[in-house]
Amino acid sequence: MNVHEYQAKQIFKEYGVPTPRGIVATTPEEAVEAAKELGGNIWVVKAQIHAGGRGLGGGVKLAKSLDEVKQLASEIIGMTLVTHQTGPEGKLVQKVYIEEGADIKDELYLGIVLDRAKEMPVIMASTEGGMEIEKVAEETPEKIIKVAVDPTIGFQGFHGRELVFGLGITDKDEQKKFISFAQKLFAIYMDKDVELIEINPLIKTGSGDFLALDGKMGFDDSALYRHPEIEAMRDISEEDPDEREASQYGLSYVALDGEIGCMVNGAGLAMGTMDAINYMGGTPANFLDVGGKANAETVAKGFEIILKNPKVKAIFVNIFGGIVRCDRIANGILEATKMVDVHVPVIVRLDGTNAPEAAEILKNAKIDNVIAAEDLADGAAKAVKAAKGEL
Amino acid sequence: MSILVNKDTKVIVQGFTGKEGSFHAEQCINYGTNIVGGVTPNKGGQEHLGKPVFNTVKEAVDATDATVSMIFVPPAFVADAVMEAADAGIELAVIITEGAPVKDMMYAKMYATKKGMKTIGPNCPGIITAEECKIGIMPGMIFKKGNVGLISKSGTLTYEASNQVVKEGLGITTAVGIGGDPIIGLSYKQLLPMFEADPETEAIVMIGEIGGDLEIQAAAYIKENITKPVIAFIAGQTAPKGKRMGHAGAIVSGSAGTAKEKMEALEAAGVHVVVSPADIGKKVAEVLKK
Repeated sequence: MNVHEYQAKQIFKEYGVPTPRGIVATTPEEAVEAAKELGGNIWVVKAQIHAGGRGLGGGVKLAKSLDEVKQLASEIIGMTLVTHQTGPEGKLVQKVYIEEGADIKDELYLGIVLDRAKEMPVIMASTEGGMEIEKVAEETPEKIIKVAVDPTIGFQGFHGRELVFGLGITDKDEQKKFISFAQKLFAIYMDKDVELIEINPLIKTGSGDFLALDGKMGFDDSALYRHPEIEAMRDISEEDPDEREASQYGLSYVALDGEIGCMVNGAGLAMGTMDAINYMGGTPANFLDVGGKANAETVAKGFEIILKNPKVKAIFVNIFGGIVRCDRIANGILEATKMVDVHVPVIVRLDGTNAPEAAEILKNAKIDNVIAAEDLADGAAKAVKAAKGEL
Repeated sequence: MSILVNKDTKVIVQGFTGKEGSFHAEQCINYGTNIVGGVTPNKGGQEHLGKPVFNTVKEAVDATDATVSMIFVPPAFVADAVMEAADAGIELAVIITEGAPVKDMMYAKMYATKKGMKTIGPNCPGIITAEECKIGIMPGMIFKKGNVGLISKSGTLTYEASNQVVKEGLGITTAVGIGGDPIIGLSYKQLLPMFEADPETEAIVMIGEIGGDLEIQAAAYIKENITKPVIAFIAGQTAPKGKRMGHAGAIVSGSAGTAKEKMEALEAAGVHVVVSPADIGKKVAEVLKK
């Protein structure tokens, strides 16, 4: 689960990570009130969406008067912001964050993620703040300092020293401030079951203070049950409604741009099914894992979600029954055809536990557009043909 | 022969009396697995599925000499269960549970390593030595005995691959589902040498997916150390970047962890890489008949 910049900064503040002062607003009037409350004569109006690259997309603007705050806020709220992370369809901006202006001397980068090879968190820092960090990693990897922290000992002084010497911070007072900054950020990472925390840019001000000018955070979904305060920050409007609906039924769904809807049990086989369709010259319309708890209701729901996509010309149901019994899936398919208007051909391949019973159920049902497949290759081939109208 | 487990392996079940634990423990017993008991706190002294129930893993190990534990406890209690098993001297913990917090597994695996306990999973189908010992949730009937070793991040792709291999008239020595979480126990790099050393295994199938770099590490290891033929499939060639595909670890971050880079690394290491998962069995047969 991801949160907005203003929410990440709330968490930063709780832990004493220095950030500029700011207030969130949902209307231009609120934006002006926020600017008045913050005081000063320069403000930044920042679009709040779950995607990076907001500045380049025109979602972050500087205002030098209250009138300008109002004007910029009215432009940004309600705009569809397109960045390299939103996809071409962009995202609707519903909130802006009004922040006091900052005196930027240097722009740095600081992030913490899980290092999957080392199996511990790694702090990443760079002097190349404000740039896309993936680009820095690709072009000048030597400019990213990586410090892995064994969680059983936690953030120690030496971790901090590796960071400041790596970044070339020589002033002792600044070193102390930066180390304290990184240490607090690490505490957030561990306490809140964070998956990714990124500050880009982290700025050094003219007076040698470090401030989190941006804040991006993602959390481990499996650990949200023990963080109700984070769960409360969920912004449903930022999530794909179909993916969300699917997850409420225990299904894992990701929309793609192709023509063949897929319903599969198991994430690996679901990806493999997409690959098999691609290999046969077709295009998958989605990833859908019905999981280990599939029953008639969830399968029917799966059909409903797949069929919402008008591009779908055929559906390939590929089930290898281990925990999920094939007869259950077969009953789900039958029920689905009663609940939803399945107007496209459905290729069904059921193998594994109770496969013969499942075949019997489907055969006895005699539904025209349900076509049985023998195996994965046969199913993928038939689905591709069906999508082309050749079956 | 086989790797890690066989018909003599003594297995206990943590989360023995729960719904999932009961269902699958019974299936394992029916398969022939030597399940010697189980652990459910506050149910010690009872009998379940004809086997004794203990309050703690320590008691279970003392009474039964079990060396392997199959773990079915709910996600919030997985780390505790794994560490309890390690503390009690269990040699291998097979963690079936899906949805354990990553941080919990980070600590649990560190402690297991410190205690010398191997782990498989979490979020995996388990391990099966064909026609001898099934420790997990896979449908046992599709794993016929043979000479192919199998390592996979995905449960259902393991079944798919085994089914294809069996249809070719071949079979499986041991199949290990290593799981698709960001932090997992035994991986390709630790399992490959076990299959290399197993006299019955003549070929190894490895199934990977997008995310992380375990397959890349495996490629480097294979190039230097593995003489038996390896057949590989990487799932997620058509997966979009930045999207999590079901498994917590199956995500392409930036440009790292793509199927393409993994397939290229494996090919460069002399591995027989198939593009479609429907071709795994055929490729194994082709390689072994050469």
